Amino acid sequence: MADTGTARGGRRRGRHVAGQRDGEAGPGLVAPSATSGLFEVFRRRYLLRLLVRREISARYQGSFLGLFWSYLQPAFRLAIYYFVIAEILDRGTENFAIHLFAGMVMVHFFTESFGAGTRSIVRNKSLVQKMAIPREMFPVASMLVSAYHVVPGMVMLGGFCVALGWRPDLIGLAAGLLAFALVAVLGTALALLFSAANVFFRDFSNVVQTLTQFTTFSVPMIYPYSLVEQRFGDFAQYYLLNPMAEAVLLFQRAFWTGTTDDPVATEAEHLPDHLFALGFAHLGVALVVLALGQLVFNRLENKIPERL
Amino acid sequence: MSARESIVVDNVTKRFTIRYHRTIKQMSVAAVRREQLSDTFNALDSVSFRVEQGESIGIMGLNGSGKSTLLKLINGIMRPDEGRVLTRGRISGLIATGAGFHPQLTGRENIYLNAAVLGMTEAETRRKFDDIVAFADVGRHLDSPVGHYSSGMFARLGFAVAIHVDSDIFLADEVLAVGDKPFKKKCMERMQEIRNSGRTLFYVSHAPGSVKKMCDRVLVLEKGRLGYDGEVQAGIRYLKYDEPGGTEEEHADDELGADI
Repeated sequence: MADTGTARGGRRRGRHVAGQRDGEAGPGLVAPSATSGLFEVFRRRYLLRLLVRREISARYQGSFLGLFWSYLQPAFRLAIYYFVIAEILDRGTENFAIHLFAGMVMVHFFTESFGAGTRSIVRNKSLVQKMAIPREMFPVASMLVSAYHVVPGMVMLGGFCVALGWRPDLIGLAAGLLAFALVAVLGTALALLFSAANVFFRDFSNVVQTLTQFTTFSVPMIYPYSLVEQRFGDFAQYYLLNPMAEAVLLFQRAFWTGTTDDPVATEAEHLPDHLFALGFAHLGVALVVLALGQLVFNRLENKIPERL
Repeated sequence: MSARESIVVDNVTKRFTIRYHRTIKQMSVAAVRREQLSDTFNALDSVSFRVEQGESIGIMGLNGSGKSTLLKLINGIMRPDEGRVLTRGRISGLIATGAGFHPQLTGRENIYLNAAVLGMTEAETRRKFDDIVAFADVGRHLDSPVGHYSSGMFARLGFAVAIHVDSDIFLADEVLAVGDKPFKKKCMERMQEIRNSGRTLFYVSHAPGSVKKMCDRVLVLEKGRLGYDGEVQAGIRYLKYDEPGGTEEEHADDELGADI
């Protein structure tokens, strides 16, 4: 039993070139199921690319508007939220639409990675049961598909910002990248954990659906962070333990604050102190969760094909 | 062929769990009634054998004797619960035809995807693409979604991709079940070529005729145990698959046809 693990990380069969096989220096005997998890996924980038492309083209198959939907959907979501918060409730901040939209792009990226990733292994049953590919491939592919769908949102967001006189700055760029990395790592980590669990009990996809609904309201998107500070005072720091809240704030630093009349004042008022330090801390935690997710995945993976 | 081991199966046991109840309601009702919640059985039970590079092995056995499970372990889809499975080199083949085809994608897209799954690079696929298409012989359906294919076309496409992978070990699980006669003939020829090129062939079949033609050693599985390992003719006799009925050739064809 332990022996299946010892060959791990050894020479993988995909790597050797045919023709080598008759030579003495050919590949050695290895366990055919040996994988090195996520590293194997990135070694087989070509397959990953095809899986991502398959997912994207399958999603818009038979649709008249096709990829145009990924512009329409965020636009409609933005319109609804804006109407309710800014028009009906008469709340919001300066350039509230940007504040809102920056948050929505990140939240949507996260919920899509997490949700679709959780369902990914069950959905790709036929491949999982009949082909020897690293199963981490599917949650990772789901995350990349979600990342691809961030592009239309970014295009629109960038367009609005420029129209309001926003100029990109280096610190903003860094904040945006950090936010993106944080959500990507966190989304993959959770998708990895839950996709394996979902094979054993399909309840997990419902759990995830419920969790992702919380996300929308647990981040400073439809309300500014300053409001949280105002209401909860010192307890607002616990609010910042939520990595998604941090990601949204970073993204607002990247886009929203630059559009306001006095960016420095806006930052001071609406963003927490130590924004970057917090962001890196969260990224570190997300990486730990990712490693943990990989560990759990390895433990469960053995039983996946038979439980599907 | 050099006496190098290609596949080592060492005291392998694969255990499956049967769960009688899945929902919490069913489980609690069953628990109250003191019924068994789950049960395990050994799909494979301490199976051991060694295969040299270039051997062609026929796997026979009744339905549910563990043939497909064995193939999945060798292919790396599953890991054994006890013992170990070791292989040398690249593996390709079919665990049931058309595995991993996406019904919404076209034949062309699926060829690229399936080839990548089997470990081919983009350049390799492009180089072999015309051969694969010619072998699959799906004609102008190449650019329509495979969901619209007939089961025969589906199987042909799957087999065409798998057989074009430069592998050291080729696994074939009842590949000829759905093909028509000309296609079966073509497949047998290709598998013959694979065999002659010194690759290891692992062929699951119920058809003694084709096993006789293709293989030089037979393994018979019985309820997860290795019942017989050795020479072909005797293996078929062991399984009592050699009941009288027509000439040898007719027999082979009949059996192929009944493979479904």
